Amino acid sequence: MTAVLIAVLALPAAGGVLAALGHRHRSAGWLATGFAAAGLLAAVFLPASRGDGPLWHRFDVAWAPAIGLRFDIGVDGISYPLIVLTALLTLLCCLHTMSETTRRPTALIGLLLAVEVGILGVFLAANIVAFFVFFEIVLLPMYAIIAFWGGPGRRAAAAKFALYTVLGSLLLLVGVYVVVSSTGTGDLVALAESGGGGMSPATQLVAFALLGVGFAVKSPLWPLHSWLPAAHTEAPTVGSVILAGVLLKMGTYGLIRVGLGVAPEGAHAAAPVLLVLAVAAIVVGGLICLAQRELKRLIAYSSVGHMGFVLLGIATLSGTGITAALYGNIAHGLITGLLFFLVGSIKQATGHGMLTELGGLRTTAPGLAGILGFAALASLGLPGLAGFWGEAFAVYATLAGDSTARAVAAAVAAAGAALAAAYLLRMIRRVNYGPPTAAVDGAAAALRVTPIRLALWGPLVAATVLLGVVPGLLLDGFTAAPFLEWVSR
Amino acid sequence: MSASIWLLPLAPAACALAGLLVPPSGRRPAAAIAVTGTAIAFVTAVALAFGGGTYHFATRLAGFGDITVHAAVTVTPVAAYVAVAVATVALLVQVYSYAYLRDDDRYVPYAAQVALFTAAMLLVVVSDDLVLLLIGWELMGACSYLLIGHDRRLPEAPAAAVKAFLVTRVGDVGLLLGIALLGFHTGSFRIPEVLAALPDMTPGTVTAAALLVLAGAAGKSAQFPLHSWLPDAMAGPTPVSALIHAATMVAAGAFLLFRLLPLYTGAAAVVVALVAAVTMIGAALAALASDDLKRVLAWSTVSQVAFMFGGIAVAAGDAAVFHLLSHAAFKALLFLAAGAVIHVAGGNSLAAMGGLRHGAPVLFTTMTLGFAALAGIPPLSGFWSKESILGAAAGAGGLTGNLVLWAGIVTVALTAAYATRAWLLVFLGAPRGSTGHDPEPLMRWPLLILAVPTVLLGVAAFAGPVSGEPPHLWPTLPVLAATALGAAAVYLWWRREPATDPATRLGAARPLFAAGFGFDTLQRALVVIPVTLLGRFASWADVTIVDGAVDGSGHVTSATARRIAGWHLAGLPRHLWFTAAGAVLLAAVGTAAYLGMWA
Repeated sequence: MTAVLIAVLALPAAGGVLAALGHRHRSAGWLATGFAAAGLLAAVFLPASRGDGPLWHRFDVAWAPAIGLRFDIGVDGISYPLIVLTALLTLLCCLHTMSETTRRPTALIGLLLAVEVGILGVFLAANIVAFFVFFEIVLLPMYAIIAFWGGPGRRAAAAKFALYTVLGSLLLLVGVYVVVSSTGTGDLVALAESGGGGMSPATQLVAFALLGVGFAVKSPLWPLHSWLPAAHTEAPTVGSVILAGVLLKMGTYGLIRVGLGVAPEGAHAAAPVLLVLAVAAIVVGGLICLAQRELKRLIAYSSVGHMGFVLLGIATLSGTGITAALYGNIAHGLITGLLFFLVGSIKQATGHGMLTELGGLRTTAPGLAGILGFAALASLGLPGLAGFWGEAFAVYATLAGDSTARAVAAAVAAAGAALAAAYLLRMIRRVNYGPPTAAVDGAAAALRVTPIRLALWGPLVAATVLLGVVPGLLLDGFTAAPFLEWVSR
Repeated sequence: MSASIWLLPLAPAACALAGLLVPPSGRRPAAAIAVTGTAIAFVTAVALAFGGGTYHFATRLAGFGDITVHAAVTVTPVAAYVAVAVATVALLVQVYSYAYLRDDDRYVPYAAQVALFTAAMLLVVVSDDLVLLLIGWELMGACSYLLIGHDRRLPEAPAAAVKAFLVTRVGDVGLLLGIALLGFHTGSFRIPEVLAALPDMTPGTVTAAALLVLAGAAGKSAQFPLHSWLPDAMAGPTPVSALIHAATMVAAGAFLLFRLLPLYTGAAAVVVALVAAVTMIGAALAALASDDLKRVLAWSTVSQVAFMFGGIAVAAGDAAVFHLLSHAAFKALLFLAAGAVIHVAGGNSLAAMGGLRHGAPVLFTTMTLGFAALAGIPPLSGFWSKESILGAAAGAGGLTGNLVLWAGIVTVALTAAYATRAWLLVFLGAPRGSTGHDPEPLMRWPLLILAVPTVLLGVAAFAGPVSGEPPHLWPTLPVLAATALGAAAVYLWWRREPATDPATRLGAARPLFAAGFGFDTLQRALVVIPVTLLGRFASWADVTIVDGAVDGSGHVTSATARRIAGWHLAGLPRHLWFTAAGAVLLAAVGTAAYLGMWA
């Protein structure tokens, strides 16, 4: 069934090429959206007839052997949920682009699909050099999306995004070079199984430090996050959804698959630093959100705190913590993706993003207000919704270190969850409650939950509830992957 | 039978989800759906209570590394009684609300949210796994948030809703950590397994876990120092107050401690006793001074739940649940009656009420019974349940027992005083506005139904499994004396000047009591303002320092580039000089290399 594996990557690629060729025609946009849908369908069917190996399916051919690069892709229980999430969010973004009034929709869709191919490649790669190549493919189309479809400050935001992440990528590249040159292989599965391919602890620490900083910029880890608020705020709605929903996950996924997989002993040495920074991210991110006055910027900063929980889980290096991190990745993708869709609609309809200009949404647009309230409750980690499991068990895994320092870290992180409640409820109070402001009242029609919007947001709402109530859906896949055992031993 | 436990939370939950899909105009279907779900839960709870056994059902929900979360539920006879109380109050609140919110265009989501609230509380009651319990626990917090903020005509409602959620969430930080600590040290989240493994844990860890869980319970049950949300929560519609105060939310904290009773020994029990003692006296004083009928009842809830905590402190779990049940009956009655009173009086202020006994006999009779039960007048339910807690405290002795006992006796006197005061101001004296009328049937019947357990629950309980020993002379006599003293003092003051509120006798202390001892101001100064300022500082630092460093490095690079570019903009002579100097340097290096100077 490697055909399905290839189709997952090839269908969006073909769609992207079609959209690029026909970028002046609306119909080409619809056609490309169809390809995105077919790609999602293929991704969903990845578990079918899977093999017994550490990867369900694997496709491996030489690409550029001179630099250790092989076109080597595969999927397992750890990457599968992220692949489906990427395909789903991209499809929803394509539909959003076609259904709302967008400048040059087909071109935007072409870029979205190019980003999707890069992100999927990152999640599929079983070769460290191929991983790096896909990691870099994402950058330029994402830059273009922000720089051409973004808000008033789009140029500066796009430049900062590109330059900052290129800096991270350079370190990543050096790290990849260290690994390949000292082990002689780029095979991520073999490297993880052997616990570092025979690299000495010192080399592993160097490799992990280089790879880790590269991934930390992308995740982002406080204090390397400052590209994020500008990029998320200035990007068009679909750009923010992809950025927060899946692009950040390349960092955390890379940290687990490549960082922990390739240099476990290096990770061990660096874990305390990661843990402290993750806890700082949770608290500082929450505090910053409390003082935000712009809706999109608030949601953007909330990602710093939420990804802090994911990084905290990784920093524990335990099976429980990494499982929690993987869960948190998916939950954050669904919930923050939904939040950016909602906030984007509000901003577009009212022309305002400032909290002072918004209010009374539940009087004017009860449907939208209800879904926004739901998304906020999900985002603050309400038990019974998807966001809870990752964050609660990241705290549990931290506490389970059985040292006073770890207990303090767990307590501070848990207090960060209370901060999340404070800033999200503050946002809801401003936006939903009170008398409707002029901006909201004047946009009543544009704020209605139309059937197409319901089709866009419905899957995210349903998945948030489903993964909140039946967490086993994802967890059993994570636990069944031998990779998790290798990195948490 | 065992699998049917799931009907308790799932029937109302499913109906809540269905109810959310009903269009805003569908009042009747929304009510029918919500009542059906609650009624299914009620019938199930009654069947389980009559079954009289202990039922379990467990299945694996999720595995996180080496620890597993189970969808495990259990119903003991005591839990079945609590479930019956929850379902009864919820059902009556649904019926009452249909009439009470007749002119409210947001009744449809309201009914669904009340059903979800009921489901969440029932999940807490039946959960046998701490993580599953936490789901119901926080879902309840979310529902209370939605319902307290329901009324869009009240400008204070949104703030009160946020406050309720945040204060309880602060407590829940403790609960989450406590659950994690217990799970880590016992290897399980199942309550029986956790309790069985307690003897293997170090006393320090047990105490730490007990205090962390207590923080969560204190938040939900509005106990000092996390009590400040409950009086403000009066911004919610009155039937919601009945639900929060009688059967859900505040009862959940006491019930959680009951489930984890073995945690509370030694130092942890002393802390629970202290919390209970401070809360019960402080809240009773606030109830005595408040002018707002709903606030009087709210403070009385805080004070009465503290009795339940007192029961936990002296390891009298059954007595605590007994008081939970009797309190559920009379407090639901009092709140639903208060809704009708406020409707007649046109406001919450006691100063604007009076003489209602003439026009509203049903209201007068039922609410009198409610106040009497609250005051602990025998043979009504409140007397027996309070007595069983104080009896246990007297039996326990020691620091914990004496603390609970004496704080309890003082509170009994204060309770009798504020109950008498509210009763006199509402029903006796000269009518100050309309003499009123009895509420319509849908609002009247719930009062009559609730009056039955208010009167009989105490006597009936001695036939059931909840309580054991009949009251002893000690401490029954001092308790009765305290009741008589409190009621008589207020009555005599009132007799002298029926037009004056007896609370004026508190003099200068009254505003302080009525304001809850200024705790809100303290909380604002110590928590809210510092956190807000910290947030502003973090935001400023993020832009100026963290991002400033990034932008700064960009500016430095650009400036350096310009400087270097500037050097290249020199005239021809300097270029010639540099070219010549370069040539000489290269020649020198070349010559040196040729001569083998680095060999």
